[in-house]
Parts: sequence; C-alpha cells; structure tokens
Amino acid sequence: MIGFSVNGKHVDLEVDPSTPLLWVIRDHLGLSGTKYGCGMAQCGACTVHIDGEAVRSCVAPVSRATGKVVTTIEGLSSDLSHPLQRAWLDEDVPQCGYCQSGQLMSAAVLLREKPQPTDEDIDQAMSGNICRCGTYPRIRRAIHRAAGMVPKGGAR
Amino acid sequence: MSTRREFLKFSVAASGGLLIGFHSLGASTLALAQEPANVFMPNAFVRIGTDERVTVIVNHSEMGQGVYTSLPMLLAEELDADWSKVGFESAPVDPKYNHPAFGMQITGGSSSVWSGLEQFRQAGAAARALLVAAAARRWNTDPASCRTESGAVFNGDGSNRKLTYGQLVVEATKLTPPGQVQLKDPKTFKLIGKPMKRLDTAVKLDGKAVFGLDVKLPGMLTAVVARPQIFGAKVKSFDDSRARSLPGVIKIAQVPSGIAVIADTFWQAKVARDALRVEWDEGAMRGFSTAQMMQSFRERAKTPGVSVRKEGDAPAALANAAKKIEAVYEVPYLSHLMMEPLNCVVDLRQDSCEVWTGSQFQTVDRANAAKTARLPEDKVQLHTTYLGGGFGRRANPQSDFVVEAVHVATAIGAPAKVKVVWTREDDMQGGWYRPAFLHAIEGGIDATGNPVSWRSRSVGQSIMAGTPFEGMMLKGKEYDPASVEGVDDLPYSIPNMTVESHRVDVNVPVQWLRSVGHSHTAFAVECFIDELAALAQKDPYQFRRELLLKQPRYLGVLDLAAHKAGWGNPLPKGVGRGIAVHFAFGSYLAHVAEVSVTDGKIKVLRMVCAVDCGQYVNPGIISAQIEGGAIFGASAALFQELTFEGGHLQQTNFHTFPVMRMNECPEIETYIVESNEKSGGIGEPGVPCAAPAIANALFAVTGKRIRRLPIRLTEAV
Repeated sequence: MIGFSVNGKHVDLEVDPSTPLLWVIRDHLGLSGTKYGCGMAQCGACTVHIDGEAVRSCVAPVSRATGKVVTTIEGLSSDLSHPLQRAWLDEDVPQCGYCQSGQLMSAAVLLREKPQPTDEDIDQAMSGNICRCGTYPRIRRAIHRAAGMVPKGGAR
Repeated sequence: MSTRREFLKFSVAASGGLLIGFHSLGASTLALAQEPANVFMPNAFVRIGTDERVTVIVNHSEMGQGVYTSLPMLLAEELDADWSKVGFESAPVDPKYNHPAFGMQITGGSSSVWSGLEQFRQAGAAARALLVAAAARRWNTDPASCRTESGAVFNGDGSNRKLTYGQLVVEATKLTPPGQVQLKDPKTFKLIGKPMKRLDTAVKLDGKAVFGLDVKLPGMLTAVVARPQIFGAKVKSFDDSRARSLPGVIKIAQVPSGIAVIADTFWQAKVARDALRVEWDEGAMRGFSTAQMMQSFRERAKTPGVSVRKEGDAPAALANAAKKIEAVYEVPYLSHLMMEPLNCVVDLRQDSCEVWTGSQFQTVDRANAAKTARLPEDKVQLHTTYLGGGFGRRANPQSDFVVEAVHVATAIGAPAKVKVVWTREDDMQGGWYRPAFLHAIEGGIDATGNPVSWRSRSVGQSIMAGTPFEGMMLKGKEYDPASVEGVDDLPYSIPNMTVESHRVDVNVPVQWLRSVGHSHTAFAVECFIDELAALAQKDPYQFRRELLLKQPRYLGVLDLAAHKAGWGNPLPKGVGRGIAVHFAFGSYLAHVAEVSVTDGKIKVLRMVCAVDCGQYVNPGIISAQIEGGAIFGASAALFQELTFEGGHLQQTNFHTFPVMRMNECPEIETYIVESNEKSGGIGEPGVPCAAPAIANALFAVTGKRIRRLPIRLTEAV
C-alpha cells in the first residue's frame, strides 16, 4: 500500500511501487490532465509537483511519492485563477494543448522561485518542456505577464 | 426519438468532459439536462438553445490550428450571435459534414477555413433568417424591417423591442428554412478579421480537454502491440509464457500488425510486452540503409526524369551561359512526432462499434474500421477527440492505428472495450514518414547576371500513390504532383526552364507531413536561387526582386519581410541574414532569418515572417500558426533526420530526433498583408521558408553552402 496526497486529497493505493507515477495518476487516479509524451524525461509533458518540486512523473516510480504531497495540473487552481493560467488565457498560448499541462507545472515552480524571471531564467526553467506546435514565444510572454500579476509573496 | 439520439451522439462526440460525464452520470441524466424540444437546429452546423447557447458543429479536427474558433467565427458572424455564448462540438461522421472540395470528412491541406467560408457563413445566415422570421411573426411585422445584433432580433418600428434568440427557439423550429440567404458585406464584419480569443483555451489549462489518450470507458482494457522493427517483417513465432504470468495481463494475441498485449492498465501491458519474446521473419528490408538509398537517388538524378514543366531550351541556354552552377540538395525521412503518440479506443459490440480517436480522416477511418469489424458503416460511429498534434499523421490512408485497434478488440472478442496505446518509440518506428528527397539543380546566368537556364530533377517516393487521392492527383500524370509542388510553379522569370521528376519506390511507408512537398522543395529552390544570386554577385533580396517583378503577391511578402527585418542594416560579426519566399496552399510567405555562429554552434536569433493569405479570418490564430510553422521548419532544418541501417531505424525518441526547445527558439515576428484576394491556407505555409532562410543566413556568415538537412556546418561546401 502506497499513500500520498494528490491535490489536497489523501490516497492509498495497492500498486506495484515501481510503476511510474504518471501512470498511477492517469490510470489509477483517473486524472488525465498529466500527459504521456516520451517515457524518458525528455519532453516534460508529464511534469507534476512532488512537495513543490517539478518532477517528470514518467520516470519517477510511484514509491517516490510515498508520504509526500503531489500536485497535478488539476490542482494548480480550482478555477483557472493561478496567475499563469490567467496569463495563458490572455496570451492565447495553447495550440493543440497537449504539452501545456507540463508547461504550466514547470512555469509554476519557476515563478515561485523567481517571481520576476529574466529571459535566461525562462530558458533554463522551460527548456525541458517540448512544444511541437511551437508556442514558445507565447509561453515566454505569458510567463512575463504572469510575473506582473504575482502579488507579494510569490505564486503558489 | 431520433432527435434525442442525434443529440446524444453530438454530446458524446463533443468534448471529453461530457464523454466522461456521460458514462458516469448515465444517459438518462444527461438527456434530461436539455430537452431536445428546447433546441433549434436549422441545419447541420448550428444548434441554439433556450439558454441562448449557440453551439457550432465543426466538421474539422482541432489539432492546434484553431478550427474550433475560426469556423464558429464564420457562423457567428452571419448569425449575429453573442460571441460570449458561442461554443463548439466536433461533428459526427456523416456525408453532410464532408469537405466541400475533397468530398469526404478530412482535415488537411490547410483548407479548413477557405473551404468552410461559404459553408459556415451560409449556415449562420440561414439560421438568422429563421430567427428573424419568427420574431417578425410574433410582432406581426415585415422581417425586412428587423435587424439583428449580439444574439437578438430588434424590431425596426422605432420601439426598439427585442427578442433574444433563445426566446425564439420554439417558434423558429416550426419554420421552413429559406432557400436563398443574403451574406453580409465584408465591410460590416464584427468578428471576421478580428483576433478573437480561442474558444478552446480554458480546457487546455486545467487538464479538462480530452485527447484520444484520455478517453476512458468503464471496463476498458489497455493494449500495446509488439510490432516489427523492420518494415514488412512478419511474426515467425512468439513465446509469451513469462509475459502471460505478469500481473494485470488479460490476453496476448497475434494481430496482423504484430502481437497485442492486453492488460488492465497501460503500464502492465507495457511491462508484459517487454517480457515477450518474438521471432521475426525479417523479409526483404532487412538490409535497408538510407545511406545506400541516397546514393542510388544521386545516381538516378544523373538521368532524365519525367517531364513536369518545360519552357524554352534549358540545356542549350545552359551551354551558352556566361556562368553556371549545379547543386544537389538532400533531405531525410522525417517523423511527424505529434506530442500525443498515436492511440485509439474501440468499443466493439456484436452488431455495432464505436471508435474514439484523434482522427484527421473521419470518412476513411470509419470505413476502414467498419471493414475490419465486418460491420456496415452505419453501425460504426467515430468520435473525434482533441488531437495532441496531427501534422498529417492522423490522416493515414490505411487508417493504420484505427484498423489495428479494431483488430485488437476483435481478438478480445465482442463485447470488448480497449484502448491501444503507442509508446513514443512505437510511434517513431511506425512509419508513414515525410519521404527523403533529393533535388539536383543546375542553372546558368548571362553576362549581366540574369538567370537564363534552370533544370531541376526531384527524386523520391510518391506519397499520393495508394491513397484515396491517387485518382484525383495522379490522373493522367506520370509523376506525383506532391513530389514537385513548389518547383513546378517556380515564379522566377527564367526564360529556359525544365523541371523533371523521378519516382522511386521504397518499402518505407510515407505520408503527407505538414507542408508536404513544399517541406523539401522550398529548401532546394530557395537555396539554389541564393546560389545563383551569389554567382551573379548580387544581393539575394534584390536578385529575387528583379525576377519577381511580374509576381505582385510574392513581391509583397518579400518586400515586407525584408523591410521589417531591416535588410541591409549592418549586423554584428558572426551574424548573418538569409531570405526565402514561397507560395503554398494558396498563401505567400517570406522569411528573413538572422543566425549566428559561435565556436561552430548555430543559433537562430530572429525570424521575420510576412504572410499574404488573402482575406483572413483570425489574425491572432494566423500569427500563432506562422510562429509555430517557423519553429516546425527550423526544427527539421537544424535537428531532425530518420536514418536506417540494416533495416532498423536508428532514432527512437526525442533525444535522437530533437525538437527545438525554449532556449533555442528565436524571436519571431509575423506581419500579415492586408488583402482582398481569395483566402488561402495557414496551417502549413509557415513551414517551408524556415530551412532555406536559415541555410542562406549561414552562407552569409560562413561563405559556405548548406546542401543537406539537417544542417551540419561540417558538411557545408
């Protein structure tokens, strides 16, 4: 039995501890917002937070989440109110949208660590997330825009 | 009853949120949520509810290119709908949703907006006419005296009485649709031409958008398939004794494409597949090598091909030219590499079948699914989910990923619900690539530097052969137009011109990839024009200008891009500019790339793009497509190739087939030409100019030519 918290709710699961967290989130918990793209931490589509850190859930065994706090895109906010979600709406960022959960989860950690990120900070934090549609210029603008919305104390 | 069934079908097809809701709530709950009597559906493309919601039924697939916004805009414009009340649903498979030009349901050829212009505007105008007639009847007045605005009909008697569309639903339903309706004067457009925000953004920011991979049915199993590593290889034998004993494994069965491992969850299926031992009969492609294939292409290019275009006498003009040059350009096989790997859900019952997948090719996919399930087509429904990228791969002429999933369901035995998931490696190794191509070009200039002769030979596989478009595209031709599109319509004034094509048959499945033939012809043509400019010792922009004086739309984008990029302004040492211009899918594009080389490392700094796509619908979406197209083209130019050795593909995942990343992405500017010309496409035309603009910029920096993609400075000549 493996227990951890997902988006504020405690779960206990009977699952092979070597199963990647991604597939536990998708297949066992039914949260399909976290995406599969590569299975080898190359594309970032599966990015979630474990205790606030961005983790590629496709290569993280579920055992790594034991006793920890996991946040998925469904838990970023309950109502699209996170500054990044609002900025993504303002900038009309997504095209196909498949990679955007991962992009947002990576950007959320960046914004918490660096509430006013430079372009270099954005390069560093976001280069692990591939977007095949090529929304990078809008993602960059949206992160800067969100930084302008962040109240004192930083984003979640 | 039929109305209700229709409604349920739409709901299920619409978005995944509803899909999951449908199954967890049960059909009755959903049906009660909205009584069909409260819905006005005057035609196949729009439904208006008493709750004022306007739902536009979209017959094209949303794969990022914005059709769930631009097509509703067309309808809402003529309907005078309240934009904040407009939503969308994906259309079921039905001939009434056929592409007006292609005669089947398909999303491709950068054609959704131009082909939908008339269709969606007519549908909106027809609905509006009925709502006006209903209001006029209520007021006992002349419909011609009424006006409409923002989802309501206004009485023209000076009283300013109004009835909202929702209030008119019940009466409008009883009226007969008009035969002829007047479309708006474009000068009065309120939505068309404006950068309206996309309607599908919110669901893509909180995980609610349901892609094919996210579809979940109660009791659904998941399968992965062990497919051959060599094209054409067949299963000789397999040992599943260990795989069968693993947790969650339900069944292991041979299907035409390989060995299907069916389990409760994806990970269980994948682990079991890894434990499978399959012996393959490798077949004729066991020794296949792309290096050898390209060598044979080079030999082939030395012989005359099938004539595609012939003006004047190119060989004679070349012989008499003051200066001449020849160059061979080569491009590799490419993977579409959609972020969402292929997948397909099948619910197979004794007498019917439902399919959920991100399809670009609904008519063909349903027909192939029906054939495979041995069911009549009307017993098979296909639901189009969001597509996590398509780029052409999800319009497969054989419906490979759909047919296989039906085979897997059949192997389980009806009733069966199963989702077949392709890993990234499966997807990359699964074939249906952009074909490798070679273009051998020779040209000559006269003493004043004007080109007098052009001869190009294109060598590569046909992508149209064996597709439903074969008859339409290849009829009466000995070459595949998709192999030479972009060379066959060379716009430059060159008096003697010969364009030839060699069709080569290779047992590697190939298919259209975003911008199709233009993805390689523009590279060859625009690099060679640059080489001719250098031969003539002329500025590459001015050289093109002089040859395009009779081509105002080419000239328009060329000048705009050059002007906005500051063509001619000095650049720091180690930085160069390159230019390219191209026509594809009804639209004209020009790119200026600024590229630096530092310690042998290439960085694309800036790309200035000018586009003339005629009358346009949503400039915000156009900019997004042009930016994305430039990045797609630059990724191929800088990083991507598929190679084979001993029949085996050498690339497996993003680390060996890279995509441009945030830190590599240039600044991109897009400028749209105001135009009253016929609308052109926008999803694909942004791709072709990226590679030649970058390659030409590298020449400006290094003085060396790039003749092969992906670009390697060590190979420059």
